[in-house]
This record gives sequence, C-alpha cells and structure tokens, in this order.
Amino acid sequence: MTTKSNKKLTLLPQAITARNTGVDLDLDWVSSIQANTSAIERRASSIGSRRSIKKQHQAAWLLQAVKCMDLTTLSGDDTTGRVRRLCAKAKNPISKTILEKLGLDSIKVGAVCVYHDMIEAAVSKLRGTGIPVASVSTGFPAGLSPLPLRIAEIEYSVSAGASEIDIVISRRHVLTQNWKALYDEVKDFRKACGSAHMKTILATGELGTLRNVARASAVCMMAGADFIKTSTGKEPINATLPVSLVMVRAIREYHEKTGYKIGYKPAGGISKAKDALTYLCLIKEELGDQWLNPELFRFGASSLLGDIERQLEHHITGAYSASYRHAMG
Amino acid sequence: MSVKKILDDMDYGLAPESPEEVKRWLLEHNSSFGHFIGGKFTKPKNEFISVNPSNGEFIASLSQASDKDVNNAVKMAKNAFKEWSEADPHERAKVLYAIARLLQKNSRLFSVLETIDNGKPIRESRDIDIPLAQRHFYYHAGLAQIYKTKIHDMEPIGVCGQIIPWNFPLLMLAWKIAPALAAGNTVVLKPAEYTSLTALLFAEICIEAGVPNGVVNIITGDGSVGEMIVGHPDIKKIAFTGSTEVGRIIRKRTAGTGKFLTLELGGKSPFIVFDDADLDSAVEGLVDAIWFNQGQVCCAGSRLLVHESIEERFHKKIRKRMNKLRVGYPLDKSIDMGAIIDKSQLSKIRKLVSQTEGSVYHAECDLPKGGLFYRPTLITGLSPSDKLMQEEIFGPVLVSTTFRTPKEASDLANDTTYGLAASIWSENINLALGLAPKIKAGVIWVNGTNMFDAAIGFGGVKESGFGREGGWNGLKSYLKHSINFTVQKNKSPQSYSREETLGLDRTAKLYIGGKQTRPDGGYSQKVFDASKNFAGHASAANRKDIRNAVEAMNKAYSWSTSSGHLRAQIIYFMAENLHARREEFAKRINQMSGQKDGSKEVELSIRRLFTYAAWADKFDGTISGVPVRGVGLTMREAIGNIIAFCPPNKPLLSLISCIAPAIAMGNRITTISPFIASMTATDFYQILETSDIPPGVVNILTGSHLELASHVASHMDVDSVWSFSEEDITKIIELESANNIKRTWCLKNIDWLDKRAEGEMFLDAATETKSVWIPYGEG
Repeated sequence: MTTKSNKKLTLLPQAITARNTGVDLDLDWVSSIQANTSAIERRASSIGSRRSIKKQHQAAWLLQAVKCMDLTTLSGDDTTGRVRRLCAKAKNPISKTILEKLGLDSIKVGAVCVYHDMIEAAVSKLRGTGIPVASVSTGFPAGLSPLPLRIAEIEYSVSAGASEIDIVISRRHVLTQNWKALYDEVKDFRKACGSAHMKTILATGELGTLRNVARASAVCMMAGADFIKTSTGKEPINATLPVSLVMVRAIREYHEKTGYKIGYKPAGGISKAKDALTYLCLIKEELGDQWLNPELFRFGASSLLGDIERQLEHHITGAYSASYRHAMG
Repeated sequence: MSVKKILDDMDYGLAPESPEEVKRWLLEHNSSFGHFIGGKFTKPKNEFISVNPSNGEFIASLSQASDKDVNNAVKMAKNAFKEWSEADPHERAKVLYAIARLLQKNSRLFSVLETIDNGKPIRESRDIDIPLAQRHFYYHAGLAQIYKTKIHDMEPIGVCGQIIPWNFPLLMLAWKIAPALAAGNTVVLKPAEYTSLTALLFAEICIEAGVPNGVVNIITGDGSVGEMIVGHPDIKKIAFTGSTEVGRIIRKRTAGTGKFLTLELGGKSPFIVFDDADLDSAVEGLVDAIWFNQGQVCCAGSRLLVHESIEERFHKKIRKRMNKLRVGYPLDKSIDMGAIIDKSQLSKIRKLVSQTEGSVYHAECDLPKGGLFYRPTLITGLSPSDKLMQEEIFGPVLVSTTFRTPKEASDLANDTTYGLAASIWSENINLALGLAPKIKAGVIWVNGTNMFDAAIGFGGVKESGFGREGGWNGLKSYLKHSINFTVQKNKSPQSYSREETLGLDRTAKLYIGGKQTRPDGGYSQKVFDASKNFAGHASAANRKDIRNAVEAMNKAYSWSTSSGHLRAQIIYFMAENLHARREEFAKRINQMSGQKDGSKEVELSIRRLFTYAAWADKFDGTISGVPVRGVGLTMREAIGNIIAFCPPNKPLLSLISCIAPAIAMGNRITTISPFIASMTATDFYQILETSDIPPGVVNILTGSHLELASHVASHMDVDSVWSFSEEDITKIIELESANNIKRTWCLKNIDWLDKRAEGEMFLDAATETKSVWIPYGEG
C-alpha cells in the first residue's frame, strides 16, 4: 500500500510550526509525571468562573469554536447521503445572514470526521474547499483488532484521501503501565500515517486515573502524535475539563522540553456553546493564544454547532433562537 | 471592536458586573450612614468617607463613633442579652437561618458592594466570600439548635466586642457574629473603616431576619472606636482579627480585666513543595495562596519552600503562570487580581519589596491606569534570615527559599514567630501526613490551600493568635464554663515568721530536668506548719531557675510525640507510687494544714491520676463535615511548654490537677508552688523520680508567685501559663504574655475537691486543635 502524496496541508500543526518527529521514549520523564486529582478538579472548576466572555467577544469566540470544529458522524447507519449533508454543513456552518451581520464573509469548520468507508463521499464533496477529511482508524473504537490490520487500516484511509487519521491506542498498555508497548504501537501508527496528520485518541474514560492520562499523553507525544485527543465518543465518560487540563499541561511540558507544539482535541460530551467557551479559555490560559486555532485545537463534536448557531442568532437579534431556524448538518 | 479583529486577537474583552443595584441601595441611604444600634440606624454624624480603591471614587460617607455611641451600643447589647441568651435554642436557630437565607437572596448585591468597597475581584466576592458567609450562618443555625446536647456546663459570655479587618469584610463579620449569636451572646461589632458597607447592609438584613433589637449592633469608625470597645467594662469578650501588632496591644489592654479574648492575627505561612508533587497543580495552588485577594490574606501561603532539586523548574513554572494573571478593575468578571485596599498599604508593599536583596520578578501583565494596583511578584534567592522571609507583607508578593530534606522543610516552616497555616504538596502520603503534625500552625492543607469551611476550626498558634473560629471549638470560644467555683471553706494555710527550734534539717530543693537542684540564687525560706513548728527550708526559685526549667522542658520534646498509651502507663505508675506512700503524704498535708482531711486529698489525687491516665489515649480529635472529597481532620495537639502557678490550698491535689492533664496530653510542665505548699510539692518529686517519667517532662519549683510571674509570662519559649495562684498575678501574666501572644489560663478559687475540677476543662486547656485538610481521591 502506498500513501498518496499529500496536497497542500492546511489547518495542521505543520502549517504553522515544525511537525513533531517524536523523541526517544524517556521513562524517567514518564514516571516523574504526577497528577493530583483533587487539585486538578479545583483548577478545572474555576476556569469557567475566572473568565467571562460577553457580547461581540462572545460572538467572535464562538465563531472561532466553529472554525476549530471537527464535524463528526460516526454511526453504524452512516450513508453517503448523510455524509454529503454533513459536508455541506461543514462548508457553511453558520448562515450567511448571521455572518453578514457579524461582518464576515464565510467561515468553515476544522475538518469532517468519518469512518473509513465514508472517506470517499466526504472527499468528493469537500474537494476544493480546503476542509480536510479525518477518518477514525486502527479498529476504532476499541482498537483490539490485529496490529497489522490496524496499521493497514491507516494506510487504506490515507490512500482513500483522508489527510487526518484519528487512531485509538491500546488502553491495556496504559493500564499495565507498558509504556514501551504503547510507544512502539503509536510510533508504528505514525509511520503508517506518513504525511497524514495523526490524532491519538487516549480514550481517557477507560484509563482509570488522571495520572495514567498524563503519562499516556506524554508517551504518545514522544511517539510522534500530532494531536492528542480525549475520547472516541463511545466511552461512558468522554471529554471533561479535568482530563483536558491534564492533557494540555502534558502538551505544554512536551513543548517546553522538545520545542514541538502538539495539538489538542477534546471529543464527546461538549454540546453547549458555554462549554465551548470554557474550553477555549482553558486553552488560552494553559497553552496560549497560538493554540486557539484549528491547527492546534479541535472540538470533536456533533451537536455543539447547533447550540452555537442559536447563541449567535441571539447575539444578533436579542431574541432566543430555535433549532429549526438553522440548517441541519 | 469588530468580530473580525477579535478573531485575530482572541482577547477576552470586558465583562463588567453591573453596579446599578448597589448604586440604587446607596442612593436610598443618600450615600450616608450612621451606626446600627438597638435595631435602628442612627443619624450620620462625624462623617468620614469610604472610597473605591480601584478608581478612588467616593462611595459613601460613614460615621465615626463617639464614646457615647459605643456606650449606647453596649447598653443595647447588654439589655438584649438576658432574653436572647435564655431564648429557646430553636428561636436562635430560626433567626440565624433567616439571616443565611437573606444573605443568599441578596448575594449579588452583597458581592458587588463588597467588590466596590474592598477592591477584590467580583469572582472572589461572588464565588468565595459571600457563599462562605452564607454557609457560616447556615452551619451556626444548626449549632444553635443542637449544641446543648453536646456541650454541657457552659453558658454564653455576655456582650461580645468584635473588631474585624478589611480583607474579608462580610466573611469576617459572619465568622464573628454567627457563633456569637448561636451561643446566645449579643454583639457590638466594628468593621474596618475602609470596608464598612457590607456590614451596614448586613444590619438591614438583621432587621428583616427578625434579630431582636440590640442583639447585633454595628458601629463604624477608625481604630479609636476599637479602643473604646476593648476598654469597655460591660464587654465581656473581645474577638479580634487583624495584625499581630494590634493584637498585642489588645492583649495588654485587656490584661487583668477578666475579659475573654480570641485573637486571629498575622501569618507568614509556608507553602512547601516536594519534588514528587504535581508541580502544575502546586503552581495553581500558589495562585490561590498568594494571588488570592491581592495577597491580603492572613493565612496567605506567602513563604514558598521548594525542594532544592526542582527549584529552577518550579520557579520557571511560577513565572510563566504569573504572566497569565489578569490585574484589573475588580468588577470585571475576567479579573484575577483587583486593587490594593489603600494607598498606605500599597506604599508599604512597595517599600518592603524595594529593600530586598533577593531577585525580584514582577509579572509581565498590564495594570490599569489610576487605582491602587500592584503586580504579582516573586522574590527568589532569599534565605531565612532575610527580612522578607520573616515579615508579613500582606500583598501579592511571594518569597522563596529551598530545602533539602523533610526535616529541613519543617524546620524552615517553623522558623517564624507566626503559626497560622501551612500548605504541603507531595504525592507521597507518608511524607505529607508525616509533616502535618510537625508544623506549628493552626491549619494545614495537604495538596491544597486556602480552603475554609464553617464546620472546621480556623485560627493560629504562636504569634498568629489563639482561639478558633468555625466548628464546635469555634462555638466554645463564645461560651464560658458555668461552674461557679466556691471559695474554699477551709482557710488557706498561712506562713509564720516566728522562728522555732530546728528539728532534723530538711532541705527541699527544686526539681529540674529530672534532678534535684539547689536554687540558682541560693536563697531559701523557712516554712512552718499549722502548729507553727518549723517544717523545713523551701528553695526560692528565681528567673534563672525558670530558664533552666524551660530548657529542660525543651529537651524533653519527644514526650510530645510519645504514644498516649505510654503516657498513660507512666501516670498510672505515679498513682501506684503515690498509693504506696499515701500515709506519709496525708500526714504531711495534715501537718501543714492543721486539718484532718489529708488522706481524703491523697485518695482523690490518686483518682485524679487515674482519670488523666485514662484520658491520655482517649481525648480524640474529630473528622468534620467539610465540603471536599477528603477529610477535614481536627487533631488535638499538645501545646508545648506549660508553666503553672499552683495554689496553696489542697497542695497535692491541685499540683496533680495541673501536672496530670498537662502530661497526659503530651505537654511538658513546670509547676511553681508557693512556699507554704512547698513541702508537699517537693515530697512529690520523689514520686516522679520513681515513676519512670522522663527528665524535664515535669519540673517542680517553689517560690514567690509575685516575683516569678513576669519572668514566666515574658519567657518566649513558654507556650502557655496557667495560674491558680492566690496572689494577684493574673494581670501581670496577661500583660507579659503579649510578648509572644502565649496562651494564658488564670482561675481563682477552684474547689479542687469538686469533680468538675477534673476532665474536659483541663484537657481543653492542655491541648490546641490543628485543622488538617486532606483532599483525596484518584480515579
């Protein structure tokens, strides 16, 4: 299987900064990582109350959230038609009327995220828009199929035109603290991705502790992850603020130590505009403004966009909105 | 600003909280306030102004109380006391509950007013100050309802004078008024002159909540009003929160007046970070520790002690975090730090920082124009001897030094005159929980900081003051023992000067550090028995003997970490040995008193030893219902070095009544018996010598109470002074104790035979509580 040479990459870390090549597995570093759950929860709970974004600023921030959104459908009943509709929404996530009132021409989402078999439909619909197609891979969501098949799946998806691959890690390697196995696995995946951009899904809801989340984050980045991502959306608990705090702190540490900027993608469970603002605040506070862009930050979400549209309409009209007033994705 | 531009910059923009409701409230009062006395507001008079520290704007004018106002307020409080203190507990509970509900219903008004008046960020007044104040009234409504089921033989004190600081105006008011009212007292409260407005709004709430007239009185003004409160004869208790300097003055002013006193004073609390801590969380802890309320917090974690191996890395993280802090107009909801309270405070901070030789780092953040703002600041490279490591700055300035070992960490932590709080960061449970008892402070936070709750005590040791606020012990600070000690029927023995022919020469020495020693001064006094026969020579201890006894107590430090079981065994052994020599002791008592109840006294003394041996491993701490996932532990700790002035009557029983509870709880004690009781006291050291009690744990001196009182009370290494003396030494002791704000406990006329003269009252006096917050949980 050969990987297609990639078209011009947009919205990826390498578009604005050197791509993470990975580093040698440093077990001293891994074992020195601590995560105090109670203290992390305290900080996480104050992020939303320490910052408040109102009026014009709120509208702008919500638009930025849309730009950072991986519009996603990952259902067993996905069809070409469904995916095309999603792609149409990805091109015009916010109605022209609202955008005009906000003084903007157009915006688009960060990516469209689908299963392998839907890549083709998505690619053809999005051709020329600059919106990348992301595909979940490596035996998503459990990641328990044979390793060669998981690697092959990446290669298939890349040749089908996906420029972003959301891989899942073997949770068992984290739960048994087998960091070498995790490192090797993610490194193999990264190699298979080639120039496609790799988001590493930790499935934090299945890792047991924040300490495990922190250590797994570091190992995945050492193995060459371009992004680290919380969840498949299929675990009982998906993205949370404490988990996010741990992961972005890991990103900050990796950046300080290696100079590479790794992206972050919380996924699952973020459905309200207000939550999106809190996440953006978290990123701004803990990582800095450079991370507030689709190159380094994505929301994995399916219903968040609807709430943002309603909030934006409210901002413009002063009246609360209804969902039927906005086009379905 | 256009959306397009914001999309490029991704700034927060402004999110101001509206001051309109506060403006309306001020307007209703013509921005001019009198005092709240007897349920009514007085006409404004002798006005001074209150300004918004973030922009210097006038907020309102307030009245400076005259002595007439103070007298009126105290009179109203005194008149209201009887009915309020005798009211059904449920009635008091209902009133406190109503206050809590009304605070909640008006929470935004209180928050905005607090922020305008004090300069603290609206986030803090909205999310911390005001909710905690509500919580305090809810909790104490509950205590009012049920405390009598658990606390016996105690009663409300009377009119309480309460003087509170400007850093947490409403919260400190709640900490003072809620327990005072729950216990059945009435109050005269003076808020700080910079920040009186929420107290006046609270006064309105009191009317609405049905607080009976006179139960709460609020008078405004500067320190001179505080002085009038402190000096007022009808005020029976003073509760003060503020600087150690003023606390010391109050201690002196109230000396010998019989007023009860609690002092919550300054601090220089250590924030200890070990190399195995979650460093990012520890940095965030520092934000809550020293950049909370602009660092104007008595328990601020202002002294960073960092493990040497991570020093650079940790400092780098702090600096990076500091640069993210937003300093600005306090009503902006996206602000981390607001304005410093007053010009004088700001220049004090500037001056202290300008004088340091450490390396000063100011956060690279914008400051608003005008207003009293100061950048978050970190000063590194300091050593313990540097002024800034010792002195409380009361501003957003963190000072830092390093340590190598846990032992060095606790030594550095304790290398201060203060003892309010400490924060310990480590993922190692052995390390963190092992360090908590070693740090001399009233509050310890493990992997956290500045956590407060009504259900657990807050207060200091050493020069951070005494008394607790919050929890059951906080309530006890507003109650007094209702035991009415009757004056002894049997007259105290007297000394006779008439010289008799000497019998067999008997020289009673002093007992210091496990050895019989001659008094340093070389003086002794003849002692005569009830039949005026010469009984022996008693040694006259002087200040050097006191010094030697204190040094002996210091050397016996490990007694305080010994197990309760071991201490019990030794006290039982004392009882056993006393029993073996009971006849000799009874005879001596009878000989000296001329009465025949010696054997009864010895019998009771043996019982009392049994009582305290029993308590040695049973006076437990508690776990309080604090709102964290974890435990809020109240530990009972030994106070340290106690010196007790023992009375002449019931010389053996009173001596044992002091020694036994003190050593049962792990203290070291030195007793000073008057000459007339010296024979029994010095006989007793023979019991000590045979009872395996380690040297220095108990020292027995004899001497003149009047001569020794000031030397004892001024000694910096004495932690508590007890006096049951018949001499008038209470005033001297209380006055001199202000030196290092040591604890004092002075009672007269105790009926030592009364069964209430043993037990909890003595155990409370022999212990101090330490609140340890241990949040836990993983996964």
